[in-house]
Amino acid sequence: MPASQARKEIEASATLEALEALRVSYLGKSGIITEQLKSLGILPPEERKAKGAEINQLKQEVSALLDERKKLLEAKSLEAKLSSEKVDITLPVRAPTIGALHAIPTVIEEISAIFRELGFNVAEGPNIEDDYHNFTALNIPEDHPARQMHDTFYIEGAKTQLLRTHTSPVQVRYMKEHKPPVRIIVPGRVYRHDSDMTHSPMFHQVEGLCIDKHIHMGHLKGCLEHFIHRFFGRSDIELRFRPSFFPFTEPSAEVDIRWKGDRWLEVLGAGMVHPKVLEAMGVEPGYQGFAFGLGVERFAMLKYGIEDLRTFFNSDMRWLKHFGFSPFKEKAI
Amino acid sequence: MKFTLSWLKSHLDTKASIQEIIEKLTAIGLEVEEVQDRAEGLKLFTVAEILEAKPHPNADRLRVCQVKIDQDKIQQIVCGAPNARAGIKVVLAPVGSTVPANGMVIKAAKIRDVESNGMLCSATELGIGGDAQGIVELPESAKLGEPFAAAMGLDDVVIDVNVTPNRADALSVRGIARDLAAAGLGPLKPLEITSEPSNTASPIHVSSQLKNASYHGIYIKNVKNGQSPAWLKQRLEAIGLKSISALVDITNYLTFDLGRPLHVYDAGKLNGHLTLRYAKAGEKILALNDKEYTLSESMPVIADEKGIVALAGIIGGKDTGCSAETHTMFLEVAWFDPSEVALTGRALDITSDARYRFERGLDRGFLETGATKAIALIQELCGGEVSQPVIAGIEAEEKKQVSVPLSKIPDMLGFDITEKEIVQILSALGIEVKAQRDSLHCTIPSWRRDITLAEDIVEEVARIYGFAAIPSTLLPAAVPAVAPGNQLRIQQMRKTLAARGLYETVNFSFIPQAAAELFDGGKVKIANPISVEMDTMRSSILPSLLMAASQNQARGMSNVALFETAPIFREQEIVMLSGLRHGLIEDKTIHGSAREADWLDAKADVFSCLEGLPLERLTMTREAPSWYHPGKSGAVKLGKTLLGFFGELHPSLFTQSTKKYWDLERAVAFELFPDLLPALSNKIQAYQPFNLQALERDFAFLVDQETAVETMLISIRKAEKNLISAVRLFDLYQGKGVAEGKKSVAIKVTLQPQEKSLTEAEIEKISQSIIAQVEKETGATLRVQNPEFRVQ
Repeated sequence: MPASQARKEIEASATLEALEALRVSYLGKSGIITEQLKSLGILPPEERKAKGAEINQLKQEVSALLDERKKLLEAKSLEAKLSSEKVDITLPVRAPTIGALHAIPTVIEEISAIFRELGFNVAEGPNIEDDYHNFTALNIPEDHPARQMHDTFYIEGAKTQLLRTHTSPVQVRYMKEHKPPVRIIVPGRVYRHDSDMTHSPMFHQVEGLCIDKHIHMGHLKGCLEHFIHRFFGRSDIELRFRPSFFPFTEPSAEVDIRWKGDRWLEVLGAGMVHPKVLEAMGVEPGYQGFAFGLGVERFAMLKYGIEDLRTFFNSDMRWLKHFGFSPFKEKAI
Repeated sequence: MKFTLSWLKSHLDTKASIQEIIEKLTAIGLEVEEVQDRAEGLKLFTVAEILEAKPHPNADRLRVCQVKIDQDKIQQIVCGAPNARAGIKVVLAPVGSTVPANGMVIKAAKIRDVESNGMLCSATELGIGGDAQGIVELPESAKLGEPFAAAMGLDDVVIDVNVTPNRADALSVRGIARDLAAAGLGPLKPLEITSEPSNTASPIHVSSQLKNASYHGIYIKNVKNGQSPAWLKQRLEAIGLKSISALVDITNYLTFDLGRPLHVYDAGKLNGHLTLRYAKAGEKILALNDKEYTLSESMPVIADEKGIVALAGIIGGKDTGCSAETHTMFLEVAWFDPSEVALTGRALDITSDARYRFERGLDRGFLETGATKAIALIQELCGGEVSQPVIAGIEAEEKKQVSVPLSKIPDMLGFDITEKEIVQILSALGIEVKAQRDSLHCTIPSWRRDITLAEDIVEEVARIYGFAAIPSTLLPAAVPAVAPGNQLRIQQMRKTLAARGLYETVNFSFIPQAAAELFDGGKVKIANPISVEMDTMRSSILPSLLMAASQNQARGMSNVALFETAPIFREQEIVMLSGLRHGLIEDKTIHGSAREADWLDAKADVFSCLEGLPLERLTMTREAPSWYHPGKSGAVKLGKTLLGFFGELHPSLFTQSTKKYWDLERAVAFELFPDLLPALSNKIQAYQPFNLQALERDFAFLVDQETAVETMLISIRKAEKNLISAVRLFDLYQGKGVAEGKKSVAIKVTLQPQEKSLTEAEIEKISQSIIAQVEKETGATLRVQNPEFRVQ
């Protein structure tokens, strides 16, 4: 059998199985070439050498052809297999369901982080307060309009128990256990008897207090400016202090920020702690300081473009998803 | 507090522009809330005159008017007003103008085939209040072709300022002018006072039993109460007050002009002399607002010999009020104790302009002058013969003295200001200043009751000097604060739960009482709730989450997972972290089928929050509260401390009677008290590198079905504390081949050799000790041990 015939047959084989069959028919135990090698013995010695060399040559050529073809067919077969395994790569993955964090606790944490950097500790206190801590100690006397039933929620059956109207009473509680210098902020729920488009009967406040020697209105301004710039991530927001009145501060200021370079927005109330409040807190003479209070919802609304105050509290999944914060993303405050 | 620009200028001699005035008001603490220029939208509207009004040929109700719009121009206008007639002066909206009330642009048009060039306006259309029926009829004196706003006195800007409760003195135009004068906008005009002493004695006497009151009463006879003049009507209407009669208008006017509320009695209706006293319990008064009030003993009143005629500083009585027929009157100019007025007004729930001012504290030094001004105005407008004033109560108190160390001003404000500037500011505010060494001695005028302390003086200086001068100063450097362990832990739990698919919510702390009672609450109630839906402080967060889940389901989202961290209110207030899952935890996807949230999800939620706690000290009991399914719930404890609960909620929470709060069928939930957990610790046990391979072996035990698997796992760990590195349940089976009341529990145990490999004999010994321990502690019997411990 000439090599050219084997080549033809090998190249015609389309599958690995067919190729294997050819290999057996050439080189198997009773293959053509094997048989030819076996038949060498019966040849006369002088022919045997030349014939032997010829058959071996053929055997090598055929082996090489078989190997080459095998590699080709294997590659083809793999290609066919892989191509049959093709997937739609746009299919959804096996993804864990991830929830989200609510804007209010998140913003409270943002605010706390900024003030912690300035050395303010975060203090907390009860939601159900007594009359003394919520009003009297903060220089809000018995006949003050804020004490009316339509401003404050009272607890049934307990004359002096009420839902705190601000987180300021925590200052008083904190100062009874700490000596100045003191820097604290107090985030938390507060309650006012008011419910409409722009008022919620429950909302959140962060109160700040800084007591030391020689702390003045300038420090208050510097501190709030730093906070506003850090919180909104812009150092070009202008602040304006306006004289105002709060029973627990003197002088008192309302703080406006120039929003989007245009209108003034009132965002904070602040002032130097009133001497009567310092006295109620048991602060020794020689110390003074500032206090401020801000509405968490207001800051969240401004920063994240939330328009309706009531949506914070109605647990609508669509809103929670839209304004929710990923637990995995570190926020740039 | 509203006023007009011209009104302000009657007290303040200023050349400042309206813009400068507005900015200055806000800068000195009189925040401008609104500036209303009523003339702005009325610029194009002019005075015109109807020369002729003929019936419309094609419409019964319309008239075709020939209107003279200036000296030599006449236009035809079709008008539907019943009062459109020849000879009246009217308001013309020319073609191209916009009607303020409805935004309609006036165009030349044909109305039922008759040409019409403009519109004649009603008061409603002009947005100035009044009659919508007919067109405005202007007085004969109105000048043809002139802007109508000027003719009506509407070309006066109305300014509304927000006066803080300490500034009773700024509740008057004069008080505001005084502040602006101090702030440099021009001198305060002197108050003109003309008085002719009377020598007629008052037929009505007044005596006082009140603790703290001052009173001037003036009897005036032969007054004629009629309409107020235009200037007075215009000023009152500009600030939103209705003109009633000259006498009433005068009392309103002086309230706003000078901050001096007055009360006028019809002297003909008073019975005998007056007494200022406290009410007797149960006494009644029918007030000017047509309501009857029953009084109690601490309430200050004015009474005649028959009964109470006024609530001091709050409201007068209906029976003794003045009317159009009043011809003898008794004028009351008084000062009552602010606290008594506030408490009385609050107790009776009466709000009035008088109360608003009396409870903030009137100028006690202004009674006599105030009375003189009132008498002059009454005589000017209503005539009358005045008797000598009767004076009762306490003489005006002495002026307060406040001393301020000069150093206090820069020490509080952070900037320097010269003594000269300080004195100038304070003097302009009416505060007399005497410099004494390093202090200023200030005598406070009677109208500034709010100034009692040195700090108040500092504020006055800063306010008038301008808060803009306060320098932005960095706080002295401090070491950054570190969040305490419990705060950090809550932050971490919130993130963990969100990562597990729950959405954080914030719900109101108050819920309906009946919903609270289902969770052993309902005891902390609000005395004055907004509504019954919000009358009880919640003792658990779960009712809020159930309501939220139900509302979401109603919006078409029934698969919800929610959590919240908030204080709850039981005998004590304590922070709770609580979560709820409802509906499917996984939807059907190409990767798997749908699965409903079950108690194991709630358990996993709790334990994900407890990560980092020593596992061997965490135990579970069946002590979950009544609102959980008794068979599918548990409590988690750390040592003896109860940390929280988890499980399926009790089916009784989902019945017909709870549907009004939440319309759901089942839900799983957890509750956790984060503040009871030990603080977060960063400590990690020392690491020992493992050089030797771990071995695994499986055991299957037969045990009573009541036996908790956890106890078996714990007993295995106890069998060989040092070498067993993991114990894991991998199969639980009941049914064919397992006796009734028993279960087969298959557990995989991993052994981690420490220093040397274990010999077959050692492994066998451990194996036997595991079996013995489990059998001893749980009564289990070994079913299979497979395979032999072997090298993996």
